[in-house]
Amino acid sequence: MISFERVSKRYLSGRAAVENISFRATAGDFVLLSGHSGAGKSTLLNLLAVIEHPTEGAIRVNGEDVTRLARRALPYYRRTLGLILQDQKLLSDRSVFDNVQLPLAIAGHSRQDAARRAQAALERVGLAARAADMPITLSGGEQQRVAIARAIVAKPLLLLADEPTASLDPAYARDIAELLASFNRAGVTVLVTSHDTALFEPHCTRRLVLDHGRLMQ
Amino acid sequence: MKSWLAQHGQAAARALGRLARAPFGTLLASIVVGVAAVLPAGGWLLLDNIERLADKAAVLPQISVFMAADASADDVAGVQKALRAKVSGVQYVPRKSTLQRIRALEGMGEVLDALPDNPFPDAFIVTPESDDAQALEALKAAFSQLPKVEHVQLDSAWVRRLNAFVTLAQTALWLLAGLLGVALVAVTFNTIRLQILTQQEEVRVSRLLGATTTFIRRPFYWFGTLQGLGGGLVAWALLWLFARALAAPAQELAGLYSLEFALHTLPPQAVLCLLASTAALGWLGAAASLWRNLAD
Repeated sequence: MISFERVSKRYLSGRAAVENISFRATAGDFVLLSGHSGAGKSTLLNLLAVIEHPTEGAIRVNGEDVTRLARRALPYYRRTLGLILQDQKLLSDRSVFDNVQLPLAIAGHSRQDAARRAQAALERVGLAARAADMPITLSGGEQQRVAIARAIVAKPLLLLADEPTASLDPAYARDIAELLASFNRAGVTVLVTSHDTALFEPHCTRRLVLDHGRLMQ
Repeated sequence: MKSWLAQHGQAAARALGRLARAPFGTLLASIVVGVAAVLPAGGWLLLDNIERLADKAAVLPQISVFMAADASADDVAGVQKALRAKVSGVQYVPRKSTLQRIRALEGMGEVLDALPDNPFPDAFIVTPESDDAQALEALKAAFSQLPKVEHVQLDSAWVRRLNAFVTLAQTALWLLAGLLGVALVAVTFNTIRLQILTQQEEVRVSRLLGATTTFIRRPFYWFGTLQGLGGGLVAWALLWLFARALAAPAQELAGLYSLEFALHTLPPQAVLCLLASTAALGWLGAAASLWRNLAD
């Protein structure tokens, strides 16, 4: 399903964020990307989500090189992804419910269908009761759950989570890890970056370790 | 199609929400747009009223036909008959009555007494049905050919002057409208630029979630269009107030010239045109701003 082929990303300064990365992941995998801070974990996810472009190499998803996607095709590719970013990026002027149904509004779902799915996603992460609240009134863990609900609401094939448990209490972190594992058990391919390997190791089917932009295992 | 309409509905609702969340800013922007729009629209309304007034005063174009001094009563009767054959509005002014009228003017009696004979000719005042300059010229030429007609005077200069003034004013109005249209586009351009700046995070998140450029731009287009429409409504309200305030003085002025005249406000078609124009200019300002400030 996912194939990184000799992928490198170098910045104008000459610094390499990732260097000559090659790996494959099949549908249904739970891939844990670990490594110290600055090892290149987030860059790898950004490259897969086409937030950044590689300097060299190809990244194939279901056989298609996503680094060569036409500008017009990129939004439709991103709709097949569920993105959970480090800083959640919830919209502060919209309710929890509106944040969760945003991907569906973007994809052109009817209002009724979007409402039904958003409600189901919020129930899945245990926040149905907070649907009308604004994100700022939620705790860090709850905001992360809203971000997860938003990521899974459109039923993505691939869930990308960048440090989803960073700065969360251990109890909240375990909840999030379990939640991601439950989506994986339901058939969603999951790629998680985390420096907390112990938290995700029980759930992952593959573990990749990055060190200074290079794949160690 | 249904989905497309629904997405437009949602974008319009979001734009309305943003406008409603900042009522003071929205009001100020609408006033700026409205004031810019009220100048050409008010000018158009003024010209429309001037044209209506001119139509009412259209009885004024006249042709004066002066007989030769030696014209007999039969000659006068013949010319009168010939004039009536062409135009219904013919008034005969005998030379005696002209003499009496001029003599009644202060100081003129002594002057006339010094003359050996009545210096005034018999005359006709002809009021043509048409105020068309070419038709008037044709009548003048035809009357000049009548026997014992000494001189024909066409009093249509004022029609040409008025027409020239209206044409000049209309041209100036179009130029003003163009200029203020550019100003209106510039106002919307800046408002949308600020909107883009304040909603940068939303734009980024939407892109990450798979939003197309069209989806991202749609609410901004609606914002510009609705702001333009709001400005149009302000302009309409201002024009209505001005027309109400000026109605009585205008009627009084017209009364001094023995004219019945009521100041007209914008007709429904013109109101629609005004609202559509301001909305379209708002859309244009948004388009320019998105092109400049929101890259794909």
